[in-house]
Amino acid sequence: MAPPKLDSSTLIAAHDVSKMFQGRTVLDNVSLEVKEGKIVTLIGPNGAGKTTLVRIILGLMTQDSGTVTKRADLNVGYMPQKLVIDPTMPIAVSRFLQLSGSSDHFQIRTTLDQLKIPHLLNSPLTSVSGGEMQRVLLARAMLRKPQLLVLDEPAQGVDVSGQAELYGLISEIRDRMNCGVIMISHDLHLVMSSTDEVVCLNHHVCCHGKPEHVSNDPAFLDLFGARSAESLAIYTHNHNHEHDVRGQIKPTQGE
Amino acid sequence: MLQLLTTDFVIMALMAGCGLAVASGPLGSFMVWRRMSYFGDTLAHSALLGVSLGLVTGGDPQLAIVISGLGLAILLALLDRNPKLATDTLLGILAHTSLALGVVVLSLTSSVRVNLEAYLFGELLTITPSELAWVLIVIAIVLAVLIKNWNAFLSTTVHRELAEVEGHNTARLNLILIVLIALTIAVSMKIVGVLLITSLLIIPPATARKFSKTPEIMALKASVIGVFCIFSGVFLAFSLDTPVGPSIVVVAGGLFLLSYFLPASSKG
Repeated sequence: MAPPKLDSSTLIAAHDVSKMFQGRTVLDNVSLEVKEGKIVTLIGPNGAGKTTLVRIILGLMTQDSGTVTKRADLNVGYMPQKLVIDPTMPIAVSRFLQLSGSSDHFQIRTTLDQLKIPHLLNSPLTSVSGGEMQRVLLARAMLRKPQLLVLDEPAQGVDVSGQAELYGLISEIRDRMNCGVIMISHDLHLVMSSTDEVVCLNHHVCCHGKPEHVSNDPAFLDLFGARSAESLAIYTHNHNHEHDVRGQIKPTQGE
Repeated sequence: MLQLLTTDFVIMALMAGCGLAVASGPLGSFMVWRRMSYFGDTLAHSALLGVSLGLVTGGDPQLAIVISGLGLAILLALLDRNPKLATDTLLGILAHTSLALGVVVLSLTSSVRVNLEAYLFGELLTITPSELAWVLIVIAIVLAVLIKNWNAFLSTTVHRELAEVEGHNTARLNLILIVLIALTIAVSMKIVGVLLITSLLIIPPATARKFSKTPEIMALKASVIGVFCIFSGVFLAFSLDTPVGPSIVVVAGGLFLLSYFLPASSKG
């Protein structure tokens, strides 16, 4: 089958992708597409095949059937789930960021400023905390000047208030760079406001669409239970302060 | 003593040793960062099998070591890509089987008188001009390839999938690195012997780690430490009339131990 043609705003399209592991179907005819300037969030229970789908999209793994079509010369920035670095590797954050291919120091400083971690520039990578490491990884992905950002659980290991801030940053980046974003997340209540489309995956696509639509979809309620759907409604109260990435209290912005 | 140290065979020995030490700095650093020390041992042990096969077939032993090392390196790279067994189990099986097979084959070729100890612990002072040439050529290749692809190797070492997405062919880079290690081990057998080769690759970078802030400085300091170990090891061997290879490794191990009691440098 010839791969389908992409329309001009589409960055990447997966069509009827299936993947089996040792006789177990992990992905069953999954289709999705990411357009310029749009954030697509993949959500689903553990073992639903989210990471497998992302790995296929990145070209790190090949599908058994179906097609993945990319825009020609698509520049992808990838933020892996975590970075395990051997303690014997003496490498500073700045050098780690240069490995993305960008040796422009001004660019690196600006990116760290945007992500509110300028103090990490010369820190050894092995000393960076979990929450800060997520931002360092995001910085590395951004330095590629990507058309498509692929984020595998970007808020992993980040505390709840930090998570909201991180998702806010991701949508800011999208606005500034007009890149497409595909991310895996467990926190629909937090990504609701910043995501354009939610794809609810449990080996197959259970439902997809705008977040408010998905959160009322019977398939979604079935998968996550009514409680978590309720928590979406509950999560509308306001804090009178926020925490920055190091846990310091700072005034809430925009009030 | 000084006269003895400037005779031809000692100068050749020092040149070979220093060449190996210089290449071991960066190469050994990668082995430390990637936790490949056991992998290096496996390649080294298989080198003995290469010697045996070379003697049996009547070919050039140096060439036989290089070929068997490359063969095993490629086999390991292929097996590692599709793991059925934990890597350390696989390496353990291959390391000891090839070492044992090497000894068995050697003892079967009774027509040739072989000094097993020389292969196991090295015999640096009997190095021939052609063996020295092999060492220097391989060292030059290893250094050239490492320097040319430095950032790519570093990138795959830090995070393989990230490097892959950013356009590096990580499978090829891994294979190249394995081949470089195999080549280095093959030519350095004469210097410290198959049982001790890995120590010369691993100990200087491990010592340099504490005093380094960047990967490049760690590699460079490891080379300097390696050269120091070669000189002191040879000197020690002459002073105490001990075997050269083990003397070099004893110095390297002693330095590593000493580094534990020194404060880490604030710069560098």
